[in-house]
Amino acid sequence: MQRHAQVYPSKKTSGYDVGRARADFPILKREINGRSLVYLDNAATSQKPVQVIEALDRFYNQYNANVYRGVYRISEEATVAYEDARRKIAHLINAKDPSEIIFVRGTTEAINLAAHSWGRSNIGLGDSIMLTEMEHHSNIVPWQQLAREKGANLKYVGISEEGQLLRQDVHQHLEEGTVKLFAVTQVSNVLGTINPIRELAREAHKYGCKVLVDGAQSVPHMPIDVQDLDCDFLAFSGHKMCGPTGIGVLYGKRELLQTMEPYQSGGEMIKEVHLYEATFKDPPFKFEAGTTDIAGAIGLGAAADYLTKLGLRNVRDHDRGITKYALEALGRVKDLKIYGPTDAETRGGVVSFNLADVHAHDMASMLDEDGIAVRSGHHCAQPLMERLGVAATTRASFYLYNTEEEIDRLVGSVERAGRVFKI
Amino acid sequence: MSSVYSEIILDYYRHPRNKGTLEHAQISAKDSNPLCGDIIEMQLELDKNNSVRDVRFNGQGCAISQASASMLTELVKGKTIDDVRKISKEEILSLIGGQLSAVRLKCALLSLKVLKTGVYNYLGSAISSKEELSDL
Repeated sequence: MQRHAQVYPSKKTSGYDVGRARADFPILKREINGRSLVYLDNAATSQKPVQVIEALDRFYNQYNANVYRGVYRISEEATVAYEDARRKIAHLINAKDPSEIIFVRGTTEAINLAAHSWGRSNIGLGDSIMLTEMEHHSNIVPWQQLAREKGANLKYVGISEEGQLLRQDVHQHLEEGTVKLFAVTQVSNVLGTINPIRELAREAHKYGCKVLVDGAQSVPHMPIDVQDLDCDFLAFSGHKMCGPTGIGVLYGKRELLQTMEPYQSGGEMIKEVHLYEATFKDPPFKFEAGTTDIAGAIGLGAAADYLTKLGLRNVRDHDRGITKYALEALGRVKDLKIYGPTDAETRGGVVSFNLADVHAHDMASMLDEDGIAVRSGHHCAQPLMERLGVAATTRASFYLYNTEEEIDRLVGSVERAGRVFKI
Repeated sequence: MSSVYSEIILDYYRHPRNKGTLEHAQISAKDSNPLCGDIIEMQLELDKNNSVRDVRFNGQGCAISQASASMLTELVKGKTIDDVRKISKEEILSLIGGQLSAVRLKCALLSLKVLKTGVYNYLGSAISSKEELSDL
């Protein structure tokens, strides 16, 4: 593979061994239609390493118990593991304090929590919430609901032809003086665009506007430092970062969390309950009503350990190399259109494309025949699809275990689809 | 596994039969599949014996949804409305051939669902149950 050498020399220089990483993921040994599975739907969910699967297994086999109030040994072990997981997540994103980490079901619930507990007390009649045209539905619909309830307005930041945010829109909306919150994704799940969160947050803060970052596609793939970014909230999902489904995180600055109302109420989030009133615990417990996903949190802690050990800088470098390789290889396919930035430096490991007039679902079905898993459709970003003027795209998204050989298989199958459809 | 993307499917997709609209259709129905964004409209023109004199489909979407709609129009032509009601999903699937995943079945059967919705609406109160539809 001489021709690849220039494109992707980083295997040795970064010290990252993709073959070794692959060995940690049992599912990658699966065969589909007699060919090894090529899993390229990582933006939807990632695969799980054996380290995470074993952590779940250990919890259920050895110390499954409810947390906090059991005074017996295994409950104490479960509590320690659960709170350890919180510390690991805090460390992963460089939060000041573990109490800034709230365990939720995923990015969607994290954003809903922020909309409910912060939004309802801080967004009022005539206020504005600023969103972007590249948001996932999960970072649009909760704000639509809040705006409707409060009589607030939504303002959208547009995107350029290359899929970059229009900074003048940001400036213009902020100048109007009504924007109280900017909810923005760090990495687009369709275009792969990496947004300059630190600069956007700095600008928003000048106007007293808070910033919520959708980190679903960024936290799994690159080093994140919430103090450096200076975002007020960061929402992300465990299952896209080698962790289990059903667990995710809302990070919030401590001073904000302390002023916020509870999200759900009931057991475990209270200090004292009387017949007609109750007082609540301090964050993060105030926001974790009922028995939480203890196993999920412990599994997510194991995933954080796994990623920390690999090094998120290495993961990012690997992603970038694979993305660059894929952009070039797919770029050589006749009549294939790639959406989003053309430069791998400014995009995450997501490549959306269409081949001539082949419908994205037909493309995905044909790739499936060859054992290649990709996503097709609107990717929960219908406003963006409208902006791009397409009904659907096929999306290949990469992670730490994908290889150039897998991209070669993708390209080969895309070309086969082109032949079948007589492009 | 035999590919669903046979020459026949591709031919119907690239050169659809009975695509367009009818001026004097008694039966007309439209639906979409939110997964693929497939849209299918079916129109039937009946003669006085309630047989299908002419039929058209219109729409956009994936090859499976569009080809199966076109195939269905050929199947219903000349049939009585009662026979149209009895068309089963198995008939459609055997016309298409090849293996379909559960998700893609919805693409393949969208046109039949639209057709039956149109027929039921036309027959109105004569039909007490729409159970055949719930299967699609």
